[in-house]
Amino acid sequence: MSEYLISVAVFVGIWVSLALSLNILTGYAGQVSLGHAAFFGIGAYVSAVLAVRYGQSFWVDFTGAILITGLAGTILGLPSLRVRHDFLVLATMGINFVVVALFKYVDFFGGAMGLVNIPAPTLFGQPFRGGLPYLLLTVAYVFFAWLVSWYISKTWVGLAFQTIRLDEDAAAAVGVSSPRFKIYAFGISAALAGGAGSLYGHFIGSVFPDTFVFVESIAILSMVVFGGVGTLRGPIVGAIILKAAPEMLRFVQDYRFTIYGALLVLMMLFQPMGLIGDDSWLWRNLTRPFRRQTKTSPESQEASQ
Amino acid sequence: MPFLQNLSNALVLACTYILMAMGLSMVYGVLKILHVAHAAVYTIGAFVGLLAYGWFGNFWIALLVAMAASGLMGVLIYRGVYFYMLDAPRTVPLIASIGLFVMFTDLLQKDFLMGPYQQALPVGGAGMPRIRTEYFSMTPKQILIVLVTVVLLALVYLILSRTRIGLGWKAAAMDREMASAVGVNLNLVVALNFFLGSALAGAAGVLVGVYNNSVFATMGDLPSYKAFIIIVLGGMGSLPGVIVASLILAIAENFLVASVGYVLPRDAIAFLILILMLMFKPHGLLGQE
Repeated sequence: MSEYLISVAVFVGIWVSLALSLNILTGYAGQVSLGHAAFFGIGAYVSAVLAVRYGQSFWVDFTGAILITGLAGTILGLPSLRVRHDFLVLATMGINFVVVALFKYVDFFGGAMGLVNIPAPTLFGQPFRGGLPYLLLTVAYVFFAWLVSWYISKTWVGLAFQTIRLDEDAAAAVGVSSPRFKIYAFGISAALAGGAGSLYGHFIGSVFPDTFVFVESIAILSMVVFGGVGTLRGPIVGAIILKAAPEMLRFVQDYRFTIYGALLVLMMLFQPMGLIGDDSWLWRNLTRPFRRQTKTSPESQEASQ
Repeated sequence: MPFLQNLSNALVLACTYILMAMGLSMVYGVLKILHVAHAAVYTIGAFVGLLAYGWFGNFWIALLVAMAASGLMGVLIYRGVYFYMLDAPRTVPLIASIGLFVMFTDLLQKDFLMGPYQQALPVGGAGMPRIRTEYFSMTPKQILIVLVTVVLLALVYLILSRTRIGLGWKAAAMDREMASAVGVNLNLVVALNFFLGSALAGAAGVLVGVYNNSVFATMGDLPSYKAFIIIVLGGMGSLPGVIVASLILAIAENFLVASVGYVLPRDAIAFLILILMLMFKPHGLLGQE
């Protein structure tokens, strides 16, 4: 595998974990966020500050990024307790702008020039930046993000998230505290994005405020929505396609955001559940051979219960 | 700087905010859609204004052409996209709107449209006089902006209060299904709503382009985010709220930034206000509920 392919694969992996993390918030808990790049950025900056200003090793930076970004997500998720839907979208958008402005205008974070010379991570005294080891590290992190998502989707936490997504008042009526689970969703989602930020910073060796702007939040949301929001497979496939395509095809690189935008509009018009979301055209046809043929429709099952 | 001079500068800034945010608020009032793509309509207005000024060499014709073009753009966005999503969950039109915004902004930056560079729009003052008093002065461009805004606002007010279309809007804003049941032609009313709101945004684009003597593909980004702040501040869907909130934001920017602008850039301050506003008074200053 060439160095170039490996670095593309690392980027794809980082964005897959970002998409998975946003999916926990937007897909499971139903809180649409246009500020996910802020958490990505907070993770990258926490880890860069720990490495550059305090000379900590990669593993400390990485853990610190996850923990502190999770904490930041818990705090920045507070507006979600007051506002819903469109208002929350505006609030998260505002958070993204304020966070990027802080990176840009506070000297401690390096200002517009960013933080550079982030050392390569080491394992058993061996530094590694590019190459297969870093790819393995990224894949391991993607697996971790997937595992967290899978665990949530299979347990009562996932059920609670689903309840507040579908109807907050009904959730309260059956004893699910929606403030508590919204904050959980923000915290978990931000923590995972923070880890991805740390991986990104250590891979590039530098962080700049412009990487984490509002448009990147839109890109991450596009990946989740394109693949299929609220499923385990959707965000992974969406991120792989939308992140790898611009790297592979020159045309796609030039028209990256035109294509992202057009895809979002077309998806919403024709397949609001995403490319391979539940009940999408492609997923129905892909899974047809594997489904057991049953004569009963869901309605009649409900009736018979 | 003297107090009155600051105030007159704030007034000019507020006028551009009002034109921009009015359409956003009108769309939200009737359809309850957060029309993110409004920013693209604003930029398209400025771009068409630039082209039309190149062809006709007359500011007023250019302004009308730009308003017509951006109005049509708004109707196209409604009929082509939002129309099919009126009964879908609210995230569906929202995400589609974000998609439209990203798509148009990126397309406009391509060489066959505006290109990535700033282009001059050297209209000057379009024959407006200059006001110079002891206390404050206004350039012809500033007078032009205030004049156009006042005329357009008067027009909107007349349509809202004196015509059946305005009545239809109010009915549709209260309850879409009920309005349609009592005989409001919902399609026409909403399309006109989009046309007028988008035409106002187009006018704002041209005026800001003239004021700064520059038109560029991403010029809509910042005003549109400001417009969101304004409709939150004024109460989503409230038109008087838009005017009040625009004045508040413009005055705050002109007066406060001088004293606290060192810590954060002024745009970040505006967003901080937005977040605090959402947390403590989510229905705005003049909003209902």
